[in-house]
Amino acid sequence: MGRILLLVELKGGNDGLNTLVPYADARYRELRPVLGVAREHVLPLDEKVGLHDKLEPLMESWKAGDCAILQGVGYPYPNRSHFRSIEIWDTASTANQTLSEGWIAQAFQGASLPKGAAVDCIVADTNALPATGPSLRTIVMQDAENFLRQAEAMKETGAKPDGGNPALRHLLAVRQEINAASAGLRDRLRAAPIPAHAYSQDTGLGRQLDLATRLLAAKVPVIAIKVAMGGFDTHANQAQTHERLLGVLAGGLATLRKNLIAADRWNDVLVMTYSEFGRRARQNASAGTDHGTAAPQFIFGGGVKGGLYGAYPSLADLQDGDLKYAVDFRCVFASVAQGCWGLQRDFGLRQPQRLSFLAA
Amino acid sequence: MTVRLHRRGFVAGAAALSAALWLRHDARAASAMGFDEARLLLSRTAFGATPAEIRALEIQDYASAVDRLLANARPQAATPAPAWIDLGPAEVRRQQQAAESEARAKPGVDGKPLQIARPVQEQGRELRNWWVEEMLVTDQPLVERMVLFWHNHFTSSMLKVRYAPALFRQNALFRQEALGNFATLLKEVARDPAMLIYLDGMRSVARQPNENFARELLELFTLGEGRYGEADIKAAARAFTGWSIDRETGRFIARAGQHDDGEKTFLGQTGRFGGEEVIAILLKHPRTAETIVEKMWREFVSLTPDPAAVKRLAASFRDGGYEIKPLVRALLLSPAFRDPANRGGLIKSPVELIVGTVHVLGLPVPEKTQLVRMMQGLGQVPFDPPNVKGWPGGESWITTYTLLLRQQYLRRIVEATTVASMEGATMDGGMAMRPGPNRRADRRQQVPGDDSTMQMREPARPVEGRSLRNAGGEARLGASLGGADSATLIRTLLPRRPIDPVDTSGAPGAVVAAAMLDPAYQLK
Repeated sequence: MGRILLLVELKGGNDGLNTLVPYADARYRELRPVLGVAREHVLPLDEKVGLHDKLEPLMESWKAGDCAILQGVGYPYPNRSHFRSIEIWDTASTANQTLSEGWIAQAFQGASLPKGAAVDCIVADTNALPATGPSLRTIVMQDAENFLRQAEAMKETGAKPDGGNPALRHLLAVRQEINAASAGLRDRLRAAPIPAHAYSQDTGLGRQLDLATRLLAAKVPVIAIKVAMGGFDTHANQAQTHERLLGVLAGGLATLRKNLIAADRWNDVLVMTYSEFGRRARQNASAGTDHGTAAPQFIFGGGVKGGLYGAYPSLADLQDGDLKYAVDFRCVFASVAQGCWGLQRDFGLRQPQRLSFLAA
Repeated sequence: MTVRLHRRGFVAGAAALSAALWLRHDARAASAMGFDEARLLLSRTAFGATPAEIRALEIQDYASAVDRLLANARPQAATPAPAWIDLGPAEVRRQQQAAESEARAKPGVDGKPLQIARPVQEQGRELRNWWVEEMLVTDQPLVERMVLFWHNHFTSSMLKVRYAPALFRQNALFRQEALGNFATLLKEVARDPAMLIYLDGMRSVARQPNENFARELLELFTLGEGRYGEADIKAAARAFTGWSIDRETGRFIARAGQHDDGEKTFLGQTGRFGGEEVIAILLKHPRTAETIVEKMWREFVSLTPDPAAVKRLAASFRDGGYEIKPLVRALLLSPAFRDPANRGGLIKSPVELIVGTVHVLGLPVPEKTQLVRMMQGLGQVPFDPPNVKGWPGGESWITTYTLLLRQQYLRRIVEATTVASMEGATMDGGMAMRPGPNRRADRRQQVPGDDSTMQMREPARPVEGRSLRNAGGEARLGASLGGADSATLIRTLLPRRPIDPVDTSGAPGAVVAAAMLDPAYQLK
């Protein structure tokens, strides 16, 4: 069954311009006189763009050719509210449509799922929306041991009649789902090898990637795992904060790559970052940036064809001070659904552009 | 101030409900409803019910009890309003900017900026705590439930509005019309400043009408999807142009110069309509009443509205000029509501679960932030609905995640063994005394950084409490549950018999703990 998607949500709106830096563009310096990343702190990827040097740990993947960077990903009529924009991404909706089902759940409507684990998606942070929907059995579990303990505390005592009461029927079905997931995961997880390279346990991301690594090494047959990292809403004094975040992110993802290669799972995984939006092109008066629009997405994995995709949004052609998107995020989702799970999905687009970062 | 156990019974000048609840035993009506029906009525109209509250109701005649429940609703909250409710938006913005420059002036530590209390976030916190406090102490919980119902219908969220005084006033409007008149409410909501901010009405001007409010007015507030076309939305949006708010006072203002007074065709009618006319047309449409009745059915009766009954109730709702009280009365008296098979047919919302549990256990909770944090974990933060559709409720309250979290919170509440003494409070027959809410300590526990991404941190200590499992004697059970036998405790706490076997021979505390951890406790 294809590949497992490992989603990495960057909460708060990651500043794309200081992540993948258009270092050769003079307008970048005009827009970011204080906040711009100095040329000597950019790791060039080509003659136009380069990575912030705090992302140096990702260069190993870039050089090995298993890191794809999608430039200028966004959507029409961008919404600048955190809450609403992440909902648009997570449900693959248009800007003026409110959907309740996540995009992964939509992709699996009517599709068959791998057997054996009694759980389809594992969310290691708190936002399960991308994997929320009737087609998927999704478990939110920040801490595997705690989850297993909680599930054991709520142990099943045989089939219960619901007496035709739909509320009770639902409650019992959910309990059954937890028990099944716990039973399916318990032995595998407790027998999972300790990751070869340790993650920083000081960060939420490190702990979540540790859990993801154990799940993958234990060959739990899920379709997706989700982790997240917060703090990207850098309205003021951005530089220090953003550098620290990029360092944590790159360190975690580089360790993940080493671990999955060591566990012989790197070819079976697709790692994808996303954020609700990028940030305003021009820095604000507080040495920070306000909510913006399009931003880059990173994609890693043994099956990934590395390189730059899409087009860097022009700094000469801003819309209300914001970057214009080059790639609709739903095209990315459609490409992932095809590349990971072999599912043809258009997510409401008439003809989603297929991005070729994965072999078909 | 420490909330005393069982305060609901002690509130001075208690209104009709309390008076009814504390009728003497010799007032038993000829057609007494009995324990289980009294429990059902309370479980759907209050936040949890204690044995004493059920006992007071069971001796009454059902229909007269419903009438008493609906009589003389007081339109004001009992909890004193926060201090900042009269601040204008410009003033709040000035204060916010001052706090932010103060934050900038201070160097951070290890790249993490210091946390400075920012007025917008601070007011949002106080506003949520204020409402939760009101839910806990109110003597008319049905009004509070209706306020929550209208909040979930006419949604507005602090995350977008960022101006707490307007949300406070919107809440006051919901309280004013909680059991009042829906037509009045709809008209007032259309010019409500929080709504004008939330759905961008304040930005809607003749040369560039914003359709956000018009779209939700038709789709969510009145007709429902598929009963109108895009042209109707455009026409309605034009009709409401110019409805805005004053930047200094934050009050409604109609800017005539921004209003499109041209001719519009809306739902087949043509005229130079303004907002009032659009609302009048919507109130004549049969779907408007049906939308409300269906939603109220799901709130009070069951997960599956009966279409024929909905049509009937909606017709009288509309014919009766949208009076809310007769509608609620009809729902509570309906055979579907009173059907014994209906008991346990609804799932408790996070707010009901948390507020109800605190009420039933009689827990003193001087500081509400921990309770709000639990509600957040379970997916229902007052004043922050997830989107304009509100909380979908019903079965969606229970997922694999929230079910485990509900159990975890409940377990923590019933097993909070020595927390009270660890915090220096004294135990006095289950009544903990504290010097007062430790606001500062509480602020430190707030989630650092960007609150709008809704990062949930696990509550360290949910509430002060006593270990029910190990309590042994009933002295530690507290006044609200003390003295009741095991069978009564189970019948009080659960809407139907337990799903898993409960050992009724144990100490009362252990029985209460087992009942609260039984899946049936999630139902009402």
